[in-house]
Amino acid sequence: MSGYNFAYLDEPTKKMIRRAILKGLAIPGYQVPFASREMPMPYGWGTGGVQVTAAVLTPEDRLKVIDQGADDTTNAVSIRSFFRKVAGVATTTRTREATIIQTRHRIPETPLTEGQILVYQVPIPEPLRFLEPRETETRRMHALEEYGLMHVKLYEDIARHGAIATSYAYPALVNGRHVFDPSPIPRFDNPKLESPAIQLFGAGREQRIYALPPYTRVQSLDFDDHPFEASKAEGACALCGATESYLDEIVADDRGTRRFQCSDTDFCAERRAGAA
Amino acid sequence: MSPLLSVRGLTRRYGARIGCEAVDLDLWPGEVLGIVGESGSGKSTLLACLAGHLAADEGRVLYDGRDVLTLPEPERRRLMRGDWAFVHQHARDGLRMNVSAGGNVGERLMGRGVRHYGKIRAEAAAWLAKVEIDPARLDERPSAFSGGMQQRLQIARGLVTQPRIVLMDEPTGGLDVSVQARLLDLLRGLVREMGLAVVLVTHDIGVVRLLADRLMVMRHGRVVEAGLTDRVLDDPQAPYTQLLVSSVLPA
Repeated sequence: MSGYNFAYLDEPTKKMIRRAILKGLAIPGYQVPFASREMPMPYGWGTGGVQVTAAVLTPEDRLKVIDQGADDTTNAVSIRSFFRKVAGVATTTRTREATIIQTRHRIPETPLTEGQILVYQVPIPEPLRFLEPRETETRRMHALEEYGLMHVKLYEDIARHGAIATSYAYPALVNGRHVFDPSPIPRFDNPKLESPAIQLFGAGREQRIYALPPYTRVQSLDFDDHPFEASKAEGACALCGATESYLDEIVADDRGTRRFQCSDTDFCAERRAGAA
Repeated sequence: MSPLLSVRGLTRRYGARIGCEAVDLDLWPGEVLGIVGESGSGKSTLLACLAGHLAADEGRVLYDGRDVLTLPEPERRRLMRGDWAFVHQHARDGLRMNVSAGGNVGERLMGRGVRHYGKIRAEAAAWLAKVEIDPARLDERPSAFSGGMQQRLQIARGLVTQPRIVLMDEPTGGLDVSVQARLLDLLRGLVREMGLAVVLVTHDIGVVRLLADRLMVMRHGRVVEAGLTDRVLDDPQAPYTQLLVSSVLPA
């Protein structure tokens, strides 16, 4: 497409974002500030993820975009067509074939491999935000490794609900140093954060980028007597029968019939194709 | 024996005005040091400088042989979370109002790296009992508590790590008389039992007579008189102290 630079952003902007990404990779889990640009979509629709993707995209890449695990939802479809238009890159819905996967709120079920990049859209990068509203104070707490407050939240969960009720955006300790917010992925996905792929997190409105290099140690926070548990709904996918994948609960009719279905549409389709 | 805390020449100015000037004090293990003075006399400034809430302009604050004022930030904050405790005048400043009583008391333990829910909870319940709050209210938020209970909760929150020094800024301010009496009684018990060293800032002569072993009187940012509490109150030497003592309304 003429009139636009490759992948929409101008080169100096991409250079600035790449510097932030490199710094993020050098200090896993540390939130690097960057000068987030206006993107042709509203905040909350993945402006951070789109900028990170634009900065790492090359003409040879094959892009996959998912929203809550699905390839066919509005957010995923529009971001995918956005990059097809402004970068002319190939796109796919297959996790295995993609070189870059931009995601909102899920990690694909199919294990990622070395060489792949997973880009997260992050609404609120600060895990301490709802406990300590002052940004100056949370930065100091990160700097001094004062993470007792994070456990206060988990304590409150157990005191109120009998178990750790935080089921998404579950805080984790990265590389034994920084506590980070893995974006609102279900805690079922937390163990998958230790991955051979590069994982980049972009928060457009909050102007932060952070990253996990491949094989970085990620420990989900917990108590000795209430250990972390990667939970999911009990049941099997109504389409492919999978019991090991993360399930969405869907109301099927007006009488309140419910059924479960894989949240990862590619994983589900592949299983059904394999069974047929 | 040497003092636990010794302050020399502590000065804090607000531009041309003086917050507190050239304050010397020694705090010995297990004693309560009262600081009295009228509003604006610099007693709260002095306390805020000791606690590190304000940066002092000059002087030294020696604790364990080291100057607290020049301590690296991480160490200073670790000290404030463990060995020292601060009790604010308004419990709201010292508590997390949207966190349960148990979470409030447990926070300092978790900050120290205790990672066993059952132990934290048991410790928090024991501390509620110590400050005369029904442990059954462990999961209620402080906003459901009365002013006196909030103040006692704040004290439990500070004392859970067994600190050696407690800094108190008008702990009984804003409480009614019967609640004040109960709180003072409780404080006196805890101070004796735990051997706490306390710096108690107040403008209430009655409170210091009840709690303090020694007394410092401040005016215009300077210490005008210091000595044993009974000596200072019964035989005031400085003209200002005489005025202060004589202006107390008879009970």
